Amino acid sequence: MTTPLALSQTAINFTYLVAAVLLIVGIRRLSAPPTARSGNVIAAIGMTIAIVFTFLSPGIDSFWLIVVGMAVGTVIGVVSARLVKMTAMPQMVALFNGVGGGAAALIAAAEFHRLAPAAGHLSGDSVGAMLFSALIGSVSLAGSLVAFAKLQELLPGRPLVFGAQQAMNAALFAALVAFGVLAGATEAGLWMVLLLLGALLFGVLLVLPIGGADMPVVISLLNAFTGLAAASAGFVLENTALIIGGTLVGASGTLLTILMGRAMNRSLANVLFSAFGSAPAGAAVAATSSDGKSYREISAEDAAVMLAYAQRVVIVPGYGLAVAQAQHSVRELADLLEKRGVDVKYAIHPVAGRMPGHMNVLLAEANVPYPQLFDMEDINPEFPRTDVALVIGANDVTNPAARTAPESPIYGMPILNVDEAANVVVLKRSMNPGFAGIDNDLYYEPKTAMLFGDAKASVEKLLAGVKAA
Amino acid sequence: MTSTLLTSITVFVLAVFIGIEIISKVPTMLHTPLMSGTNAIHGIVLVGAMLIAGSAHSTLEQVLAFIAVVFATINVVGGFLVTDRMLEMFKRK
Repeated sequence: MTTPLALSQTAINFTYLVAAVLLIVGIRRLSAPPTARSGNVIAAIGMTIAIVFTFLSPGIDSFWLIVVGMAVGTVIGVVSARLVKMTAMPQMVALFNGVGGGAAALIAAAEFHRLAPAAGHLSGDSVGAMLFSALIGSVSLAGSLVAFAKLQELLPGRPLVFGAQQAMNAALFAALVAFGVLAGATEAGLWMVLLLLGALLFGVLLVLPIGGADMPVVISLLNAFTGLAAASAGFVLENTALIIGGTLVGASGTLLTILMGRAMNRSLANVLFSAFGSAPAGAAVAATSSDGKSYREISAEDAAVMLAYAQRVVIVPGYGLAVAQAQHSVRELADLLEKRGVDVKYAIHPVAGRMPGHMNVLLAEANVPYPQLFDMEDINPEFPRTDVALVIGANDVTNPAARTAPESPIYGMPILNVDEAANVVVLKRSMNPGFAGIDNDLYYEPKTAMLFGDAKASVEKLLAGVKAA
Repeated sequence: MTSTLLTSITVFVLAVFIGIEIISKVPTMLHTPLMSGTNAIHGIVLVGAMLIAGSAHSTLEQVLAFIAVVFATINVVGGFLVTDRMLEMFKRK
């Protein structure tokens, strides 16, 4: 019972080959700046080809579920992708990743239900892939939802740890393996349901103890997980499009996770198991540094004069700038200073914002010229010759404890050496510690002046002050 | 092991090498867009969801397959659009 239009499986597989080539070319182009946007379009074309020809597959005898489901999904996808603010991009990616993992798990569950009723119907070849897809897909779904909640600040960004967590995770993992073995051996739906629920719980427990600052690495890892889940769904359905597409993401996503970790000087094991910035370490460091140390507050007018009569100014943007949507005002301030003959540069830490590359996107949105943006390696030698370092809502990436305090949880992370500048002006809402939950010694240095307030409001006051100076 | 499975494994192994090879020299500033782009690509799972939904017979299967189609479509459509929005920012130089 197929539609008159149905093609042979061979013809369908040929279109999958074309789609796979386009996906590969797409990813390749995505990894270089000049070709990135076209790469995304090429990958989308490949995806469209695979989807359109799947409609013509033999064996599809009912379309309404697919059409209605795709219509609903398209509306949700378009609306959320259009409405999301650039600052909320990371958690949006987490959500899109989570639903992909969920889809892979549901496919496995549906196939299990279809094949399992009469014991012995599950082929040994596909049952392993089915269970793997259910397991990894569910972990990715639940983990992504927790990552979303943390970045959206529905859950605290700091690591949530409780006693015997590692032991509990190990026990849960052992139980999951047991459920999987039982599901495969008995073909009883109960074990499959337990496997899915246990995997969801495992995903939650895996991400809860990870601090907000490490969330990008986690999302990237879960992205690779979803890729593998999709690939194993491909093994279940003997579908090459799924195997190739899923595996490409699984492999490139794993490498990307390692690269991201390297940019932050964190190994994967460290990210997953060390509860970065967890309460005990963070609190201890905060207590020793804030007790008895004082900081200096500065008025916007004074700070503006300092900037206006400086020779060299380096602007260090951070997530606070992004949240306050201050990127346009900052560009105006920089333009004004340049007009007065001040040399202005932007120092971009690899993980400024909440994800590698996030700050570049935000500043590009505000039309900040590329030649003014400097990477960490290029700008760090400049700080000793800088008159004023203007830190706008950046915290952990400027913390000298990363260089000097071996007991600090961020020790060893490469930072921007703003403390080497002659003067430092820090725009910040309050003295609260940053995303990683660690106090910053920079604020207590004599050369540092604090300007409190919303980043955008403060920058606008500086702008007015520079005009008047 | 059937020869179909062996073919699948062959495809899998080759795809692992390609996946690693094609992104080995990516600059930091593209990490986020690249993650987002590959995120859209695992939305290929939609193809699987469609195949299940198109041949589902029991109600439970239909419900599971329907949710899978919705989820996977969100992954594909949202993923590509969000990636495009990010990359649009890099356009003006």
